[in-house]
Amino acid sequence: MAAILSYIERESVIHKLTGTTKLIFFIFWSIAAMVTYDTRVLIVMFFTGCLLFYVSRLKWTEIRFALIFMFVLMAINMVGIFLFSPEQGVEIYQTRHVLIHLFWRYTVTIEQLFYMFNFMMKYMAVIPVALLFILATNPSEFAASLAGIGVNYRIAYAVAIALRYIPDVQKDFREISQAQQARGIDLSKKDSFMDRMKNSSAILFPLVLASLHRIEVISNAMELRGFGKMKKRTWIVGRKLSARDYIALVMAVMTVVFSMVVTFYDGSRFYNPFL
Amino acid sequence: MGKNQLSIKSIVAIGIGAALFFVLGRFVAIPSPIPNTTINIQYAILGLFGVIFGPVVGVLAGLIGHILIDLSWGSPWWSWIIASAVYGLIIGFSSKYVKVEEGSFGKKEIIGFNVCQIIGHAAAWIVVAPVLDILIYSEPVNKVFAQGAFAAISNIVSTAIVGTILLAAYAKTRTGAGSLKKED
Amino acid sequence: MQETLISFEHFTFQYRAQSEPTLYDINLTINKGERVIIVGASGCGKSTLAHCLNGLIPYSYPGHSEGKLSVCGIEAKNSSIFELSQFVGTVLQDTDGQFIGMTVLEDIAFSLENDCVPKEEMLDRTREEALKVHLLDKMKASPHELSGGQKQRVSMAGVLINRIPVLLFDEPLANLDPAAGKAAVELIDEIQKKSDTTVIIIEHRLEDALHMGADRIILMEDGRIICDTTPSVLFAGDRLLKAGIREPLYITAMKYAGIDLKPEMKLQRIQELELTKEIKDGIRSWYYNQSPPRKAEKSANLLSVDELSFGYTEEKMNLNRIGFTVRNGEMISIVGKNGAGKSTLAKLLCGFEKSDSGSITLKGKEISEDTIKERAQFIGYVMQNPNQMISKPMIFDEVALSLRVRKLSEEDITERVHRVLKKCGLYEFRKWPVSALSYGQKKRVTIASILVQEPEILILDEPTAGQDFRHYTEFMEFLKELNGHGITVMMITHDMHLMLEYTERTFVFADGEMIADTTPSALFSNRELIGRASLKETSLFWIAEQAEIPAEQFIEKFIAYDRQVRN
Ligand SMILES: Nc1ncnc2c1ncn2[C@@H]1O[C@H](COP(=O)(O)OP(=O)(O)OP(=O)(O)O)[C@@H](O)[C@H]1O
Ligand SMILES: Nc1ncnc2c1ncn2[C@@H]1O[C@H](COP(=O)(O)OP(=O)(O)OP(=O)(O)O)[C@@H](O)[C@H]1O
Ligand SMILES: [Mg+2]
Ligand SMILES: [Mg+2]
Repeated sequence: MAAILSYIERESVIHKLTGTTKLIFFIFWSIAAMVTYDTRVLIVMFFTGCLLFYVSRLKWTEIRFALIFMFVLMAINMVGIFLFSPEQGVEIYQTRHVLIHLFWRYTVTIEQLFYMFNFMMKYMAVIPVALLFILATNPSEFAASLAGIGVNYRIAYAVAIALRYIPDVQKDFREISQAQQARGIDLSKKDSFMDRMKNSSAILFPLVLASLHRIEVISNAMELRGFGKMKKRTWIVGRKLSARDYIALVMAVMTVVFSMVVTFYDGSRFYNPFL
Repeated sequence: MGKNQLSIKSIVAIGIGAALFFVLGRFVAIPSPIPNTTINIQYAILGLFGVIFGPVVGVLAGLIGHILIDLSWGSPWWSWIIASAVYGLIIGFSSKYVKVEEGSFGKKEIIGFNVCQIIGHAAAWIVVAPVLDILIYSEPVNKVFAQGAFAAISNIVSTAIVGTILLAAYAKTRTGAGSLKKED
Repeated sequence: MQETLISFEHFTFQYRAQSEPTLYDINLTINKGERVIIVGASGCGKSTLAHCLNGLIPYSYPGHSEGKLSVCGIEAKNSSIFELSQFVGTVLQDTDGQFIGMTVLEDIAFSLENDCVPKEEMLDRTREEALKVHLLDKMKASPHELSGGQKQRVSMAGVLINRIPVLLFDEPLANLDPAAGKAAVELIDEIQKKSDTTVIIIEHRLEDALHMGADRIILMEDGRIICDTTPSVLFAGDRLLKAGIREPLYITAMKYAGIDLKPEMKLQRIQELELTKEIKDGIRSWYYNQSPPRKAEKSANLLSVDELSFGYTEEKMNLNRIGFTVRNGEMISIVGKNGAGKSTLAKLLCGFEKSDSGSITLKGKEISEDTIKERAQFIGYVMQNPNQMISKPMIFDEVALSLRVRKLSEEDITERVHRVLKKCGLYEFRKWPVSALSYGQKKRVTIASILVQEPEILILDEPTAGQDFRHYTEFMEFLKELNGHGITVMMITHDMHLMLEYTERTFVFADGEMIADTTPSALFSNRELIGRASLKETSLFWIAEQAEIPAEQFIEKFIAYDRQVRN
């Protein structure tokens, strides 16, 4: 079973920020990275992110697995882009500097490399902050922080339930598939596609029934303990924003403003060094 | 309780649905040859939840489940997250036509469910995901549509098989009003 | 004058899906500060009655009701689940489903959060409540770090925090090991005494629940209350047995000894029971009149395990160097603390998990490297929860599944499935959907689906949890019969009497170690072992001690006699 990223407790400024702050920061950061395609902005964002990651005292060995995975994903994506559209960069930047002609329609141009570099940076710019959000936010605080940014508390609680019951569902799934294997039903074998699909329904059906039963038990328990009684709800793990949080929030806002200004200063999302 | 408020059962269904989506999507993904796509059985389960609990549960379970999957890998890919939510929403609307709760699952329901899931997957992977990929990431048009078409087809096939089997089995476990009797 | 908190008057309830009512003409009053135990066969409507009290019926389970039900002066019909939950606090059986919070702290505070109590006050109150249930050092623990008994206590704290007049427990002991069950009952007792709460407990393990003492026992049968009286009166008669409920063992033992039980004898609690000379003599003479039961002879080795170690994670070993040998045709019980690794051992034997070191040998062949599927032909494992195993909606298909995978001909399959279904008492139901069966019947379906593969060893995980005495007896006799046909049976159980009654050998587990391989009766002569493994003696020991006769032989004779009487 692959390693999963989850909360790591540590003493650091980042950890001390409230979940709400980290959530807002993460959302703003993602928006900024989504909007811009400006190389300069992306590079600044990436390095600021790395700096923050350093401040959080998390170790890179703790995320090595995730980085390798993302790197592979990115590499596959880049190959895909090049195979499908080797002239995408030329189209965007409107010039064509040929480096080397490979074969058929495949030519390596500086524009294409630059475009792919930007594409990569766009993804990379978010990674450190996303990792921080995942690794430095106590999952208990997730729901409270969602409620903190104005999400309806009922929906926020749905997220809490998802996080709470993932290990249980995982255990169910494991045990069910083991029990089915004991009866001769196997997912890993090299069966035909059709058989594999059928076998997976043999495992999924008990999982569905167990989950539906679980839904009934949990909603009864919540009902009995007064969930949804009032229009609001307090959170025992919720925290008040402190000065530190306000500084972080100002930083987040500034990032968005900075990225918008620099990006659209010349009226285009792209930074074009070729013109 | 207000009419337009989510019932507790729906809230829990969203949470558990998202947890199921996460576990299946994270650990049971069968890789396929095209980049970024896998044969995903989690959409069959999401479809089932949509049919049983309706569009609100569908859309939120898909959204939350997919965000959690992406976060557990390291970083979210928003265009595909939103596509999952759109699929959940559309399949959820089929709950109006496919009434498995009452225990009937015949030709009419099979067709209703599959038409909805085909529309849902098509909208999600051939429209929403590629368009957002182009808007957000400026990815090449032909690449994203090829990728989307592949995802749509593989998801449609797996949902058609697994989803239909599950729904039929589920319908058999449902009992109509006043129908249970002790007999020897 | 006592204050009446709960009163049912001619109350009848019918679930929407049912063609007949589940509760008929219930008349019942419960006063402030009373302790009431509700017993009855599985499916007789105990949980339904409880749901009427806490409002889940009709708000969560729709249906039709007639008659009157008032709770703390409020007409339940005109109330809401929120209002009722201020008066009736419910602790459900499913400790995982009910543990909603991410950590102990959050779960205890859950209802306060819903009441919009400010954070500081919540922290104080949760701490206070955690102290009462002895969990203060576990506030940050998540559910999977807690034992079954601890989770149960978290649920109690979460309910108690609202200072509620009525506490309702639906099978609080079902999954707890004997010592944890005893601790839970003692805690309920302590809380009841301190706050004068009304306590209602639904439980199949009557003797364990009685440990805290009860003012009344309510006996239900097929949706009606057939008896509502003090424990002493009830035990002096034979209504419990007629309704298919197990009496406390000390009562049965006295009855077998021919002692004329009277309500004045303080039969309600073993702690209060006074054994007069007359009773002791009666027991003694019964004991000397019984001939000792025959012992079975030994046979060939079937399965041996050597130095087996395993950990789910790298940090912690869940099983440490386990070793034992099982002979052909034995019936063995595995007992011990919650979380000791009993189910884990079963999983290792079946190949669900791969051991870190050590060997498993079956009939002289090392099988550690065999797949789940290969081992399944010899070792059948019936898991704790039948819902995890059932993967087909119809009973026949479920049992036929593994044969169909092996691509047998449809005639062969039908023949074998029918044979097994008959053996398991399920033949009449073969065309039913599984969902129409009770929990105990489902459990039998899972056994049938394993038996059809004709294994040589059958491992059962808590086969009798949550089952009433009649089904329990039926079921165990069925296993005994299978055992007689040469199938080796290993069962994991928390039921001490079950262990004594049906198995001749027992493996005792505590914290990942196998601390003993002994006979059940010898186990109980070792106090230290009992303490370490979180077990508990049955009341038969106490009787034997009082009557000054050898406990081991007394129990052996009791069991042999008991079986004769019941069949
Ligand atoms: N939601 C429901 N819809 C329809 N019928 C139900 C429902 N819940 C229970 N029943 C039926 O009501 C009867 C009584 O069930 P109940 O759960 O009250 O039994 P119980 O006495 O608590 O049994 P156990 O000891 O096994 O828990 C059963 O025959 C069951 O089939
Ligand atoms: N899938 C798993 N992953 C990690 N730890 C697990 C897993 N399953 C069980 N454990 C842990 O292993 C230990 C032994 O669990 P096991 O289920 O074998 O106990 P048990 O003796 O059967 O207890 P019980 O009497 O409560 O059923 C426990 O501490 C449990 O938390
Ligand atoms: Mg019950
Ligand atoms: Mg166990």
